[in-house]
Amino acid sequence: MSEILPIIVAKYNYWLYIILMMIGLYAMISKNNLIKKLVGMNIFQTSIILFYVSIGYKTNATIPIIENAHGDSHSPHELIIHAADYINPLPHVLMLTAIVVSVATFGVALALAVKIYQRYQTLEEDEIRMRLTEE
Amino acid sequence: MRFIALIIVSLCGGLLLYATADFPAWGDPNSPANSYLSPHYIQKSIEETGVPNLVTSVLADYRGFDTMFETAVVFCAGLACFLLLRNFKQKEENFYRHIPTGVIIQFKKGDKTLPVGKEFEHIDTEWIPYDLIIKTVCRILIPFIQLYALYVVAHGDFSPGGGFQGGVIFGSSLMLYAIAYNLRTLVQRVKEKLLGLFCAIGVLIYAGIGVVCMALGGNFLDYGKLSQILPVDPGHIRAYGMLGVEIGVGITVMAAMVIIYVNIVSIGRHDEGL
Repeated sequence: MSEILPIIVAKYNYWLYIILMMIGLYAMISKNNLIKKLVGMNIFQTSIILFYVSIGYKTNATIPIIENAHGDSHSPHELIIHAADYINPLPHVLMLTAIVVSVATFGVALALAVKIYQRYQTLEEDEIRMRLTEE
Repeated sequence: MRFIALIIVSLCGGLLLYATADFPAWGDPNSPANSYLSPHYIQKSIEETGVPNLVTSVLADYRGFDTMFETAVVFCAGLACFLLLRNFKQKEENFYRHIPTGVIIQFKKGDKTLPVGKEFEHIDTEWIPYDLIIKTVCRILIPFIQLYALYVVAHGDFSPGGGFQGGVIFGSSLMLYAIAYNLRTLVQRVKEKLLGLFCAIGVLIYAGIGVVCMALGGNFLDYGKLSQILPVDPGHIRAYGMLGVEIGVGITVMAAMVIIYVNIVSIGRHDEGL
């Protein structure tokens, strides 16, 4: 145990995201209700978003907006920029679009769930399967 | 089923947790993700694009194609919700409430209508009185939320923000309006056709800017060529191109969010609901 603990503490962010991801995966596989499955999918997506954002983090760095670059008072060539001073913008860009797209796809998933409910009067997976075999 | 799921999840999680030993440390500036492309973005962005907000410059310039198709995905999601759920069938019974007296009139057949205005309002079976506090607070708040959304879109190049965030804020202000009053009020104020049109116009603005750049002799979404038609400082021309693109993204996201919300809460009938 004394050997594992320092490893967990050093990489605690990844451990948290993996645990969160597994909660989502478990909900997607084992839950019977379609809405609960969708909530599991959203937890899964959130864990991946957190994972990406944590990849872009750098110690002692600030947000990816260049300081002293606003306005026209000086030429941009005079500016000296160190890559270590700003966190990585790329994961933020990817996750920014992923959040909005996940909301939109979640809306489509809810619309499909509404249609399933209108057709079968239930959102429980086993009951839907029962109705399907009856027909 | 639960037991199998637990086994799969613990196997998968165990493997991933085992793999974390090889992952870069938390906040390491020299990790693989931070060492190849990202220093170029950070150091050259100001020189190449003139935009201090790196997230915006990567989003709208270096990865412009990606963002265009993400916008198209949001548009398609709005369209899919509309096509799946929209129900144009009118209801058999109509209820009207006489506002000064509170008397409710019921029409059994759908073809009879009353003029909706100061005298009568069209209501549903699940009508509840408006809450004065919520109504007043929302009436004061919504303009400021919308102004903030426009600020977030317009200042996306220089401060945290951009089209996606501003569009979501604007869309949520319209949803707040629907929640504080009722859905019918929102649908009357913001017509369905207008929302559908906005949803498509946003993608059109984005792709249109790309095509204009092509017509001026550059590549698709090469904003530098816009300096031939826009009378602005050539050093900031890419920032203006990005602003136009972000406006397109904001319009699409705003309209798609409202379309999804309105169709889901009322199951496509656009009357009752939250």
